[in-house]
Amino acid sequence: MWRRSASFVLEKYQLPSSPMESPKSPQSPNPNPIPNLNSTHGISAYYQTRAEHHGVVTSDWLAQAQAAVEPPSPPSERTSPGSGKPFSVIEEFNYWRKKPDLAEAVAAIMALAAVIRSSNGSTMMELEIELKTASDALKKGDKSSISLSAGCDLFMRYVTRTSALEYEDFDAAKLRLIERAERFGEISLKARRTIAMLSQDFIFDGCTILVHGFSRVVLEVLKLAASNRKLFRVFCTEGRPDRTGLRLSNELAALGIPVKLLIDSAVAYTMDEVDMIFVGADGVVESGGILNMMGTYQIALVAHSMNKPVYVAAESYKFARLYPLDQKDLEPAIRPIDFGVPIPSGVEVEECARDYTPPQYLTLLFTDLGVLTPSVVSDELIRLYL
Amino acid sequence: MDSRRAPRTVIDPKVRQVGFVTPGAPPARSHSIPADACSSPPRAPDFTLPSNSLSPVMIPPARHASADGIQVLTRASAPVPVPSTTTNPPSPLRRDGVQIPIGSYNPSESLGTSPMRSPSSRMDGPEFSEDMSMVSSSRLARGSSAKAAAASFPGTNTEMMAAGKVVGNVVPAKSSLTTASVVKTLPGLSDKGDGSLAEVHGEAAGVAKPLKQKTSRADRRAIQEAQRAAKSAAREAGGGKPSGGTVPANAAKGEFGKPSQKKDAASVSGANVVPEKKVADRPPEKERKKDVPHPRMQFDDQHRVEKAKKRAVVNQSEARNRVELFRHLPQYVHGTQLPDLESKFFQLDQIHPSVYKVGLQYLSGNITGGNARCIAMLLAFREAIKDYSTPPEKALVRDLTAKIGNYVSFLIECRPLSISMGNAIKFLKSRIAKLPHTLSESEAKFTLQSDIDRFINEKILLAEKVIVRHAVEKIRNGDVLLTYGWSSVVEMLLLYAHESNKQFRVVVVDSRPKLEGKALLHRLLSKGLNCTYTHINAVSYIMHEVTRVFLGASSVLSNGTVYSRVGTACVAMVAHAFHVPVLICCEAYKFHERVQLDSICSNELGDPDVISVVPGRKDLDHLDNWAENENLQLLNLTYDATPSDYVSVIVTDYGLLPPTSVPVIVREYRREQLWM
Repeated sequence: MWRRSASFVLEKYQLPSSPMESPKSPQSPNPNPIPNLNSTHGISAYYQTRAEHHGVVTSDWLAQAQAAVEPPSPPSERTSPGSGKPFSVIEEFNYWRKKPDLAEAVAAIMALAAVIRSSNGSTMMELEIELKTASDALKKGDKSSISLSAGCDLFMRYVTRTSALEYEDFDAAKLRLIERAERFGEISLKARRTIAMLSQDFIFDGCTILVHGFSRVVLEVLKLAASNRKLFRVFCTEGRPDRTGLRLSNELAALGIPVKLLIDSAVAYTMDEVDMIFVGADGVVESGGILNMMGTYQIALVAHSMNKPVYVAAESYKFARLYPLDQKDLEPAIRPIDFGVPIPSGVEVEECARDYTPPQYLTLLFTDLGVLTPSVVSDELIRLYL
Repeated sequence: MDSRRAPRTVIDPKVRQVGFVTPGAPPARSHSIPADACSSPPRAPDFTLPSNSLSPVMIPPARHASADGIQVLTRASAPVPVPSTTTNPPSPLRRDGVQIPIGSYNPSESLGTSPMRSPSSRMDGPEFSEDMSMVSSSRLARGSSAKAAAASFPGTNTEMMAAGKVVGNVVPAKSSLTTASVVKTLPGLSDKGDGSLAEVHGEAAGVAKPLKQKTSRADRRAIQEAQRAAKSAAREAGGGKPSGGTVPANAAKGEFGKPSQKKDAASVSGANVVPEKKVADRPPEKERKKDVPHPRMQFDDQHRVEKAKKRAVVNQSEARNRVELFRHLPQYVHGTQLPDLESKFFQLDQIHPSVYKVGLQYLSGNITGGNARCIAMLLAFREAIKDYSTPPEKALVRDLTAKIGNYVSFLIECRPLSISMGNAIKFLKSRIAKLPHTLSESEAKFTLQSDIDRFINEKILLAEKVIVRHAVEKIRNGDVLLTYGWSSVVEMLLLYAHESNKQFRVVVVDSRPKLEGKALLHRLLSKGLNCTYTHINAVSYIMHEVTRVFLGASSVLSNGTVYSRVGTACVAMVAHAFHVPVLICCEAYKFHERVQLDSICSNELGDPDVISVVPGRKDLDHLDNWAENENLQLLNLTYDATPSDYVSVIVTDYGLLPPTSVPVIVREYRREQLWM
């Protein structure tokens, strides 16, 4: 499906300066490398990473960031495959993951591409097995991240399913694999900008956009709209419990976009002022629905009942072969919630961090494959997997 | 669970701009059907039909949408004195060896696999008419000849048998006469006295004459067919001895599209010249021919029904008091078909005994359920192919296709085909057509047999297993699963989930008159499952405690509509209202590219008597003489269509899919399925 990737709009529009490249100082990555992927104490690793990448902007966090003026780890640090030290996909993954603007799935894709490059296997089968174990290791590290496992699966599919492999000798085939892997990585890297380009037509002057949670794609979309001199305002939900909305409002305000903060329960109250809803996604499932931060479902329900369009911005590496029938159909991603006050004993807390929004409440999906209706997601997955 | 598509009211005028984003993509993805629909002039409704899809207003193919046109022609041209052993392998000798236990049939013996008798899905409206279309044009020729003959000699079985035995003696004398006559088709019939043949011929002509005045297209075509057949027969007679050498020419002629026939007719009957002239500037006949599905038989069309009756193998008397809206569907007085067919056994020389057996089993209701019927049919065809030997001077590919078409039309007479069977037939025919010419006969037969085995194994049996594996992931401990009727896949699923130690309860919903659920209940209880049995009337009561609804399907159409046993739509709608997910278990070979919006256009009518009578309740005899009351019509529908809005997911052998993805599977895999 990546042959049809819509990323060519980038070339067409010739962005003056890609906002992605510009490093932002307050976002400099957490200098402490992620210690061990597997050492998560009941908290889903996915949300741990998220917290590290774009946690709540607290004063102590800022202070820490100020203190840590040391530049991001130089590439030389990276384990080169040739240098005696055995290659580890996890290390490679962690290296890529430290980059703040890089999605987890893209990091995994990069790491897997490195696996092919450093592979010592001499047959196709060996290489495939090596790749399989590597992707399994990555997936095992963080079971709750849908995009990570989906990205790994898609990479495996995309890279290894080429008919040309059978007719070539191994080295040529390997080169071809590397080429495909790089291409895949490149597309994934570009995905966010592609999506931002595609969504510009939908943002009109004077509109009010409701956003929920912190999504880098949505931020990219709004950023580009602002740089295109569109006039719009944004309503940000607070995004309890990790208050990701606060962080987003911070970013938007820095761009000069008028922002209004809402508490999560004020969505219905403000809905009649809203023209459209923009959300990101943790994962896009086969039915065309999305898994996203807790609260997306109810926003979609409210929007649906008031006939407001709900747009989802999601990269295609988040397409997962899952088919939840209802909210409880998937393993919950647990995230502790701080209520500020001690919780009385005997009171249960719903700790699940995300919900499932069925496709009939979504209007369109902005992906790097183009602007899709929810039902096309399944078509794309069928093409790739079957 | 919920409607899958967002309502159109959602404001989104800018969606259309998407086009510029992916310019290369759309054309590749869909070969747009409407395009060719528009390309042909609207004047001739027959040709405007889009390829590969019957229009929704079309009704199931004629009960004789058989591909035996070629066969008829070839037969007619074949030398008559050929002993029955060459033309008809299943000769009397063969017959003796085959037992046909009509009443006491044990399905497992012929199906080979255990509980395949699911009543799940049966279906009329066979769709193979496209691949048959290359020959089906000439089916009326057969109609006007063989069947007219058959109709004109009712109840002459014993006579015929006697005649059959003296084939060798009588035939040479008659050969010239019979080849000159249109009527010559069935070998058995050919052995009738000369006088009766002439009589039939005369009768056919008599029928044709008054029709000429009317301008109905069907009639015209019938006449043309008859004339064409007469011409070809005459040509043969003129060409000296009727050798097999003329066969290919005739066959090829039979393959030509309707236009050619029309031209024939135009030259013969001047009255029709004007409208037919436009034929010439249309696209090449052969191609167009393929695009035109055969119109389904409309059973409220008096003329056609009369014709169909004449050529019917089974004598069927139409039921009276039919419901107005469903008059286009066939309905016969129950119980008249079976004895008649049984008595015809020795006349039906061209039907292989195993096919005959399966047909009787369909008719008597011994084999029901989409998969069971499909497997039984394929196994019968396999048997027939095993016993097949190419007649001299004929090509296996053509002759066998025609033979299979013959069998199919016989089966349709017994009971309308299901979509699954239509797809299987399509597969088999494409396999036959693609046989390499280099293969010897035995190799070809072996290839076909193994193809059939592979289809049964991969597309039906394995697919069921895969579906069970997929669906079982959606069963959680503590679930209450509801199912309706008896679907073989759902039964396998429930048993498998039980074996894998899931804790759940089953609600079996059942309905009159078939009460298939009882059989399912029996099987589940014998394996120790916890079950509740209830009637469909109570479904809205029971639904609030249900967490999942699993349903089987006869077919899933490309708009996501689920075509299944009547009552399925009701259960799905109630489940939807209660926000209970509805999972449809359906093998991908049952998918079909047709679109159907209601249950009226294409359906199957059951025996109305079974809904008027309540067994064991003598006091409820109010409807005993219902047929005598003109004001009363009973409707016993067999299928209904469930809109995709009420379906949460379709579990297929390709995984769990939303109903919107059915056309993708059809598009991407139909070809592969045919080539396999």
